[in-house]
Amino acid sequence: MMVFYVLIASLFPLATSPQATMLRGIGPGIVWVCALLAILLSLPRLFSADFADGTLEQMLLSPAPLPALIAGKVLAHWLATCLPLLVLTPLLGLQYGLESRAVMVLAAALLLGTPVLVWFGAITAALTLGARGGGALLALLVLPLAVPVLVFGAGAVDADNSGIGASAHLSLLGAGLLLTCVIGPFVTALAVKIGHE
Amino acid sequence: MALFKYAAPSAFFPIAGRLGTIFGVLALLLCALGLYIGFVVAPTDFQQGESYRIIFIHVPAAWMAMFIYLVMAGWCAASLIWKTRLSGMMALAVAPTGAMFAFIALWTGAFWGRPTWGTYWAWDARMTSTLILLFLYIGFLALHAAIDDVRRADRACALLALVGSINVPIIYFSVKWWNTLHQGASVSLTAAPKMASTMLTAMLIMVFAAWFYAIAAALHRLRTIIIERESDSAWIAAALPSLNNGRQASNGI
Repeated sequence: MMVFYVLIASLFPLATSPQATMLRGIGPGIVWVCALLAILLSLPRLFSADFADGTLEQMLLSPAPLPALIAGKVLAHWLATCLPLLVLTPLLGLQYGLESRAVMVLAAALLLGTPVLVWFGAITAALTLGARGGGALLALLVLPLAVPVLVFGAGAVDADNSGIGASAHLSLLGAGLLLTCVIGPFVTALAVKIGHE
Repeated sequence: MALFKYAAPSAFFPIAGRLGTIFGVLALLLCALGLYIGFVVAPTDFQQGESYRIIFIHVPAAWMAMFIYLVMAGWCAASLIWKTRLSGMMALAVAPTGAMFAFIALWTGAFWGRPTWGTYWAWDARMTSTLILLFLYIGFLALHAAIDDVRRADRACALLALVGSINVPIIYFSVKWWNTLHQGASVSLTAAPKMASTMLTAMLIMVFAAWFYAIAAALHRLRTIIIERESDSAWIAAALPSLNNGRQASNGI
């Protein structure tokens, strides 16, 4: 996942141009798209193995509340896939010539925004359990939902650069984080139940 | 409740047929009238020339694309709450019409934008959110097609549509703020001159035509879905003897 993240981010300068001013402008957006794609790539692993060997069914039958178990799984998934991306963000910032302040804002936005993406991903991954289509279907379902996070996340750095300050964007991302952390476990649990009907 | 009587596909099937025909005829009449007023009676716009006439198709399509998503989300909520079979079928029946209207809105908008704004596409909030709305419709249909068990597909799609419906206003505002931050509103419909009353009349008639068409198409599609899913039941054999005869004939061979 980490290699994928850095690899995709390294392709953009090669495909466009190594001009420093342009890279600095598009850098934050590209880092966000790379994070989104990396999360998308990891999503099939969230439930499908547990679905195949029956672990998920045991979770449904267990006396512990399903939303709590799901929340634990999603938190573990975020720690395993998104935290490494956050650690690597300064490296990508260097590649794109971002200033240290911009990298800080970008990392803060990723910290708040990636859990929201993982929750949307968890809901759709649970909905597609046992469905045909696999990765392409998952992408079609997740990417439209991810648009606001992408806009506010990449916008935070732009707003900070232009002097408006990133607090509005970060607050909105934080609001999204709270909302998805409260609703996400229940919606995902319902989706898992539907998958086992 | 008396209304729930019609939640059974067998009870609603004949009504859907009658209502579908009525709304279909109404849609056809209104469409003919609206297009006549819009293309023949309404005056030429002094700023945009003849190209403005596309609003008689564009605006109703854009409104219906949004409205149908709400209707679909409503049926999805009903399907999750009451677990009625018909609600899920209704949601599936309106979705393709909604996707079609979203596509028409984007397509006609691009053709209107070229002579008026000088570009087929601008990353305007309305355009971008309509595009994402189209993706949401396609995602709904794709998920339904990917799950073999139709009841499970109904419920999975219902959840997806509800998550999407919470997200649609957020998407709209996020894109709006994003665009104003980037370049300011270079294109705006709010600054357009007030419409002549004949234009407004034609547009409203076309809105009703589009609405009635959506109802007729959805009900017709609903009947097809009911026949598909309930083809083994006794009532459908009684309602559609031809279906039964066809099956017996094929069994005989």
